[in-house]
Amino acid sequence: MVTTVTSLGRSGLSDWLIQRVSAFVMTAYLIFIVGYLVMNPELTYAQWAQLNQALPMRMFSLLTILSIAAHAWIGMWCVLTDYVTVRLVGPKATAIRIVFQLGMIAITLLYVIWAIDILWGIQVNG
Amino acid sequence: MYSDNHIKVLPAVDNKRPVNLDIGSISLPITSYVSILHRVSGVILFFAVAVFLWLFDASLSSPEGFESVKAMFANPVCQVIVWGSLAALAYHVVAGVRHLIMDFGVGEDSFESGRNSARLALGVAIVAIALVTGWIFLW
Ligand code: HEM
Ligand code: HEM
Repeated sequence: MVTTVTSLGRSGLSDWLIQRVSAFVMTAYLIFIVGYLVMNPELTYAQWAQLNQALPMRMFSLLTILSIAAHAWIGMWCVLTDYVTVRLVGPKATAIRIVFQLGMIAITLLYVIWAIDILWGIQVNG
Repeated sequence: MYSDNHIKVLPAVDNKRPVNLDIGSISLPITSYVSILHRVSGVILFFAVAVFLWLFDASLSSPEGFESVKAMFANPVCQVIVWGSLAALAYHVVAGVRHLIMDFGVGEDSFESGRNSARLALGVAIVAIALVTGWIFLW
């Protein structure tokens, strides 16, 4: 089973659940951020940095980027295993798909590291 | 179970195995479009995450960076990139929430209700994208 090794939860059921929980977290975050921006039309850097370096907000942001990572991993896995198949791509499909999946996983991990770097580098006073 | 690497197969062009459904040749109900657009928007979002992180990074790097994000909204190329990313996000979330509601067993009992919620989702997504458009290009 070379191919299922690249799925995140190793089983369809746990992937399905992670996909839902992560969708829920991301939606909550999106509603919060959009609500905040709409309610603060004259937002300044100081206010924005203050908000984002507060520990609860960092945790919320971190939780969200981890949700994005898990969700994107599972979602892209679904798409790749649907289209990069022997029927659609030819006999090299499995090799090609593994390359794409590893690339996708690498980008996902880079996103997480980038986000952590942003969140833990915030300077309120510029 | 998903593995096809130990099945001997002919190259795709010579493969005469029948395909169940040739979706290019039939007309699809609205639910199919809502579904495939959800997938397309999901793949766009995978790359749009870089755009969101870049905005987030710049806006939190320094007061100058924060101002540069605001100024960026005056640059047409940036506007189009951010617009595309937010439009994909808006669509994906609306169709995703419909998905979640149906997973809880609401509105998935008949094709009628599925079609109605697909229409509703499309309508809400269009409004959300219109708001994003207004915010980026008009405001
Ligand atoms: C996913 C990302 C984002 C979404 C969905 C979003 C959405 C919105 C929405 C809906 C508004 C309200 C527009 C209005 O009231 O006319 C708004 C306003 C605003 N946003 Fe964003 N935004 C995002 C990212 C950002 C970022 C990263 C910045 C950082 C500088 C930013 C800066 C602003 C500012 C300054 C306003 C005030 C507009 C006003 O004065 O009315 N936005 N945003
Ligand atoms: C920016 C982050 C996101 C990315 C990169 C992303 C990407 C994807 C991808 C590629 C898929 C697979 C589509 C398919 O198999 O057809 C997917 C599925 C899904 N997405 Fe997202 N998505 C994101 C955010 C969200 C949000 C905020 C929601 C909130 C409602 C959401 C809800 C869903 C749901 C419910 C599914 C499962 C659909 C199914 O089982 O067929 N996603 N996502």
